[in-house]
Amino acid sequence: MFGYYLDLALRSLRRNKALTALMVLAIALGIGACMTTLTVLHVLSGDPLPGRSAQLYYPQLDPRDMDGYQPGEDPPAQVSWTDGMNLLRAGRAHRQALMTGGAVPVQPAQSAIEPFFEDARYTTADFFPMFGVPMLYGRGWGPADDQAHARVAVLSRKLNQKLFEGRDSTGQTLRMNDVAFRIVGVMDDWRPSPHFYDLNNGSYSGQEGVYLPLGTAFELKLGRNGSTDCWGGKPSDPDHMDTAPCVWLQFWAQLDTPAKAAAYKQFLVHYSQEQKALGRFQRPPNVRLPDLMGWLDYNKVVPGDVRLQAWLALGFLLVCLVNTVGLMLAKFLRRSGELGVRRALGASRREVFVQLLVESGVIGLAGGCAGLLLALLGLWLVRKQPSDYAALAHLDPAMLLATFLLAVGATLLAGLLPAWRACQVTPALQLKSN
Amino acid sequence: MDILPILSTLRRHKITALLLVLEIALTCAIVCNAVFLISQRLDRMKMQSGVAEHELVEVQAFGIGKPGDAKAHTQEDLLALRQIPGVKSVALVNEVPFTNSSWNSGIKLDPKQTQATLNATMYYGENALETFGTQLIAGRLFNSDEFVDFDAIQRDEAVRRKVTGVIITRGLGEKLWPGQDPLGKPIYLADQPVRVIGVVAGLIRPSLFNGDATAQWSMVFPFRVDTGNASRFVLRTAPADRDRVLAAAAAELRRTDPHRVILDKKTFDDIRADFFQDDRAMAGLLLGVCIALLVVTALGIVGLGSFWVAQRRRTIGVRRALGATRGSILRYFQTENFLLATIGIALGMVLAYGINLFLMLHYELPRLPAYYFPVGAIALWLIGQMAVLGPAMRAAAVPPVVATRSV
Repeated sequence: MFGYYLDLALRSLRRNKALTALMVLAIALGIGACMTTLTVLHVLSGDPLPGRSAQLYYPQLDPRDMDGYQPGEDPPAQVSWTDGMNLLRAGRAHRQALMTGGAVPVQPAQSAIEPFFEDARYTTADFFPMFGVPMLYGRGWGPADDQAHARVAVLSRKLNQKLFEGRDSTGQTLRMNDVAFRIVGVMDDWRPSPHFYDLNNGSYSGQEGVYLPLGTAFELKLGRNGSTDCWGGKPSDPDHMDTAPCVWLQFWAQLDTPAKAAAYKQFLVHYSQEQKALGRFQRPPNVRLPDLMGWLDYNKVVPGDVRLQAWLALGFLLVCLVNTVGLMLAKFLRRSGELGVRRALGASRREVFVQLLVESGVIGLAGGCAGLLLALLGLWLVRKQPSDYAALAHLDPAMLLATFLLAVGATLLAGLLPAWRACQVTPALQLKSN
Repeated sequence: MDILPILSTLRRHKITALLLVLEIALTCAIVCNAVFLISQRLDRMKMQSGVAEHELVEVQAFGIGKPGDAKAHTQEDLLALRQIPGVKSVALVNEVPFTNSSWNSGIKLDPKQTQATLNATMYYGENALETFGTQLIAGRLFNSDEFVDFDAIQRDEAVRRKVTGVIITRGLGEKLWPGQDPLGKPIYLADQPVRVIGVVAGLIRPSLFNGDATAQWSMVFPFRVDTGNASRFVLRTAPADRDRVLAAAAAELRRTDPHRVILDKKTFDDIRADFFQDDRAMAGLLLGVCIALLVVTALGIVGLGSFWVAQRRRTIGVRRALGATRGSILRYFQTENFLLATIGIALGMVLAYGINLFLMLHYELPRLPAYYFPVGAIALWLIGQMAVLGPAMRAAAVPPVVATRSV
C-alpha cells in the first residue's frame, strides 16, 4: 500500500510543479538556516574532551585582601603563582597542572624561514597525560624537567610541519628567544574546542604551537598572554610576578571520583583557612570546584551572537512551516473531488489520511535534501567568517541525521492538519457538487 | 468596497486565512526585531575613536631575546621612523584603539573608597596624543619634561610620586563628575592622587570587554615606554601615503634591529574594519534572513492567492455575469489581502514587542523604537499587495461565461 501511496504522492506533486517547488523551497530554506546555526551552536557548546571532562576540575580560591569585599562574591578566575605552586606541591589530586599562555619568538635554523612569533603554553608536566594529548613523536616532559627548569619543548604537529617538514624532530634543538630548547615531543592534531584550559585568549582559539615547562618560561621571562588581576592598589613589577598579589595562572586537577572531588574541595577550604591563619589570605575561605563543563557554563563561552542566530533560524523555520501548512492545506482541499471519489470507492478516512501524510513526507524529504545542501553551503559561508570559531563549523553524522529527522518530522507535523482536514470530506457531497 | 462579503467568505476558509495571518504576524515580528538588530550593529560600527583614523598606520614589532639598552634603541627607532618622507609624527605606545589588547585599572575618587568607582584604560607613550591626533578641548597636553620612564615607575616608589597629572576624555570626566569641569580634579589609582590637567574630546579604549557604554573611559599618563615594555609604533601621515609609509616603517624597524620580528603592520582603517568584523558579519546575516523571510512570505501569499482564485473561479464568473467589473474583482482580492495583512500586522506588533522584551532581558538590547511599528506595517502591507496582485489579475481575467459552464 505504501508503494501505491508513494506513487500517488509523486503524481500529485508533479501535477502542480510550482506549488510543490514552493513548498520544498520553503522547507529547504528553513531547514538549511536551522541546521547551519544549530550545527554551529552544537559545535561550540560541545564537550572539548569527551570521556575525560567529568574528571577534570578547575579549583578556585580567593586570596584577595578585604578591599572591596562582598560576601558571596565569586572567587577570581585564576590563581596566583604562590597558590598554584602550593596546590601543585601538595599533589592532592591524581594529576594537576599549572599553566599560562604566552608567545615566543621562534628562530628557525633554516635561513629560508624568517623568525616569527608562535603562541605558546607554559605548563607543568601533567598537562599531557591529564588532558590525554595525543603524541605523534616522543612524549611530554616529566616532573624532573619542571624541577630543573629544563630547556625542553613540545611542538604542535603544525609547527613541526613548518619547521621540520613533518619529520620526527625529537632530540633536535630549536632556538626560541635566543635560547636553545631540546624538542622532546611532537603532538598530534589536537584542538579541544572550546579552548577550555585557558579562556583568556579567545574561547575558541586554536592550538598553541609550542609547549614549555612553566618554570623555564618564568626563569627566561618569556612573553605572556592573558589576563592579570591584581589587588593592593600598587602597580606590580612584571619581573616579580611570583610574589605579586595577582592572579594570572590556570590550575587544573584530575579527580577520578565524585568522592575525591568532595575531599579535594575540603582540602581547598583547609588550605584557605591555613593561608588566612598565616596572614596571606584575608577573606573567609571562598572556594569553588567546578568541573570542566561547569567551568565552561560559568564562563558562558558560547557567543551570544551564535545563540541569537539559532533563535532567529528557528523563527524562520516556523514561518516556513506555517507557510507550508497553508500551501499544503490549499493543495489537499483542492483535491476534494479526487479524494471524494476515493472515499466513495471504499477508501477509509484512515487510508486517505495516510496517503496524504505520505505526500507530505515526500515533500519533507525533498525539502530535507535541499535543506542539507543549503546547510552545507551555510556552514561553508560560516567558515569564511573571520571569527575564531569559524573553522570549527562542520556537520557531523549526528547533525546530518538530525537534519533529516527535523525536516521529515517538521513536514509531517505540518501535513497533519491539512491531511486531517482533507479526509473530513464527505464523499457524497463532493460527487454531487461536481 | 464592501468588507462584509469578504469577511463572510473568509469565514469559510478559516484555517487557511488563519495560517496566512499567522505567517504575516511571525514575519512582521521577526523582521522588525532583525532590522532593529541590524541598525544596532551599524550604529556600533560607526563608533567614534577620537583619533585621526585615515592618517594613521601601526607597526607592531618585537625584539628577540634580552632587550639590552631598550631606551637608546627606542630613540634610534623613533628617529629613523621620523625620517621617512611624509611622516608627520611618530610615537611608541603601549596600546592602540580597536586592537583588543589593553592595560586597564580601577580608579577611585577618594582613597578611602573600598570599591573602585570604575575601570578605565591607560594610554602611555611620549607624543602619543599628538600622533593620534586627538582633539584637546580643555587644559593642556603634557610638557616634555613631565614624562618619566615607565620602567622606573614600576620599580621606584619615588619616581611614581612625581607623576601628578593625567589627561582624560570628556566622556570619562562626564562620568566621574557629571556636569562639572574635570580640570584640576584628583583621581586615585593607588593612594596617591593624580590631577586632571587636560581633557580630550574622545579617545576610545582598545578593548570593549566591559561593554560599549565604557568605550570612552580612557586616561593618558606621561609615561615614556620603550621597546622592552611596548611594541606598537604609530605613525601619522597623509592618507595617500599610508601604504608607502607602512612598508617603509617596517623596513626601517627591521634595519635598525635585524633581530626583531614584525608582528603586524596595518593602516588604521584596516584595524577598525577587523575590530568590527563580527558586527558586519552579523548584520549581513540578519539582512539575509530578513530578505529570505519576506520572500517566503510573499511566495506564500502568491501560492494561497492562486489557490483561492482557482477555487472561486465559478463564483467570480457568476459575479462577473451579474455585472461586476474586472476592477471590482481585482479590488476584492486586494481588500481581502489587506484585511488579512492588517490582522497579521496587529498580531505581529504584539509579538514583535514580546520578542524585543526577551532580547532586552537576555541580550541587553534597548527598547524597539516606536517608529518601527508603522514602518514595518507599511512594508508588509506593500509586500502583501504586490504578492496578491498576480493572482488577483488572473481572477479579474476570468470571463463571465464561466458561470454558465460546469467546471
